[in-house]
Amino acid sequence: MTIEDVLKQLFPLGHDVSFSEALVAGTGRTEEGDVAVIGTRDRAEIGIDLAFRMADEVLRVVRAHPGRPILLPVDTAGQKMSRRDETLCLNAYIAHLAKCLGVARRSGHRIIGLVYAEAVSAGFLSTCLLADACYALPGAQVRVMNLSAMARVTKIPLERLESLSNTSAVFAPGVANYVAMGAVRDIWNGDLAEHLLAALREQGDPQTDRRRVDGEARGGRLLARSVAERARFDAA
Amino acid sequence: MTSWYEATARQRIAGLLDPDTFAEILRPEDRITSPHLRELGAPAAFDDGVVVGRGLLAGRPVLVAAQEGAFMGGAVGEVHGAKITGLLERAMDERPAAVLLLLETGGVRLHEANAGLIAVSEIMRAILAVRAAQIPVIVLNGGRYGVFGGMGIAASLCDAIVMSEEGRLGLSGPEVIETTMGVEEFDASDRALVWRTVGGKNRYILGEAATLVSDDIAEFRAAAAVLVDAALPLDLPEVEAEHAMLRERLERFSDIGDAQEIWARLGIASPETLPILDSDTFLRVTEGKAVRRKGDAA
Amino acid sequence: MERLSYEFPGGNPIPTANSAVLIGVLGSGNLEVLVESASLGGACRIEIETAAFGFGRIWEAVLTDIFDQWRVGDVRISINDAGATPAVVSLRLNQALQAFAGKKP
Repeated sequence: MTIEDVLKQLFPLGHDVSFSEALVAGTGRTEEGDVAVIGTRDRAEIGIDLAFRMADEVLRVVRAHPGRPILLPVDTAGQKMSRRDETLCLNAYIAHLAKCLGVARRSGHRIIGLVYAEAVSAGFLSTCLLADACYALPGAQVRVMNLSAMARVTKIPLERLESLSNTSAVFAPGVANYVAMGAVRDIWNGDLAEHLLAALREQGDPQTDRRRVDGEARGGRLLARSVAERARFDAA
Repeated sequence: MTSWYEATARQRIAGLLDPDTFAEILRPEDRITSPHLRELGAPAAFDDGVVVGRGLLAGRPVLVAAQEGAFMGGAVGEVHGAKITGLLERAMDERPAAVLLLLETGGVRLHEANAGLIAVSEIMRAILAVRAAQIPVIVLNGGRYGVFGGMGIAASLCDAIVMSEEGRLGLSGPEVIETTMGVEEFDASDRALVWRTVGGKNRYILGEAATLVSDDIAEFRAAAAVLVDAALPLDLPEVEAEHAMLRERLERFSDIGDAQEIWARLGIASPETLPILDSDTFLRVTEGKAVRRKGDAA
Repeated sequence: MERLSYEFPGGNPIPTANSAVLIGVLGSGNLEVLVESASLGGACRIEIETAAFGFGRIWEAVLTDIFDQWRVGDVRISINDAGATPAVVSLRLNQALQAFAGKKP
């Protein structure tokens, strides 16, 4: 689905979201009030310029519209691979975006992630994985790396990876795996506007992270919750 | 002098903390290992490549996590990540003087890529939560594999990064960029280029590393001891200040091709000599020129 | 990956108060050795997970040699190996047993 279609279905009451290269930004109207939209399109590669502009939008919303929910619709091919961006410390620019989102959450902005097309690796990490809750559309793709590249790097035969990916959610691409592991709360089938309203009505708590609880309950990630709990509570 | 670069995770902890004060949580004999590695036919380390626990640094209570770069490049899997996340969350109960993250990692462990990516995001969330609770989180970065991938992002979320010249910090490692984009984009075999791009000196000059030390465990210890007990607020004024700093960096250096051009534009004399200077001389030469943040040691 | 297991009877039991010891790292060409107390009727049990296949006889020779030197009992030794040479295996086992027993053989 194109970003134009997604926005139209999310905001039947209208929106003023506009595009500037890969950046998607503006405001949508809902029955629950206005929602700030900050996202990416066209399989955006997230480099220092885009990360900075997204952070700029987050800070603008925090300053001008305290408490307004923020929707992050993303289509990203991952981080930009460039010597110039690495020289200027791309990881710090993305961390800055994460800090801005973190400060927004703690000052009462509900943050909702939406993978409407593709989310790869650090592109996913720097956006939707920092939201209070992340959702995806049915055709969305989420991955770290495709299986053939993974086979090359790990030196594990592709056939082995392919057959294991039928039984394990932990490494193979696919949004269903991320649902099973708790990182994607739900797939939005049908009426997008209704899904958005329901997500806006939920309460979030920035000091807790329930994804490993969901991942365990859904059977996709069986160790993260219990190991983190032991690291937190076991006697030293 | 004991090299940080050459040391194992356990040796670094032993040299960093006050003698015999380290108590490990989830010890090797608990065998909290990765089932995913076994499933793919790879042996799994007893600690899944990260040592977590508590101890004293110059008499002050700290929580510590140390990644073992020799095991799978310090890559983050489900168990490895959950140990770090749990340790960070423990800080909110125990309120130590600091959480010290001795990072050495290429990022997500591909054998369990989805679990690793989510685990890194959980570490990031936990760092933000600990910082919101006004407990400093300090990164020590001087190992062979540097700090890359999602953990490079996580490192830059912390209060401060202590780096040696040998330490490296970035998102995509030079080898990854070369493989993906071609050798003309980044020649990963050009060691000098790699160091001046992602190495400790460039990160210090940009204001991304708070402290630059020599490759000596004692120097990391001294630098960390200065940083404990001093949490930087992570609030709107703080991120606004960082925003202004990053905007200025973008505006001044957007067109650069090489780190040396940054150093020259900052008015550092003879920038071409920086890579060969020892850290004391380097700090003298760059004083007043390197970008500094609030809270950074002069 | 190959799993190997050996048991050497007739050693001198090491006091169970000794806390577990981990030596080495599971990095390329290296191995990690974990030594713990265990009630094994005086035997020394050694379990190995190794990335390299088909070296069972070499492991047996190296381990027999180590056991003959140390003659420890009621000890469980667990090894994760990433292709270490026999010399490195001997070195790490000696380091680990020395740290565990608090003395030389």
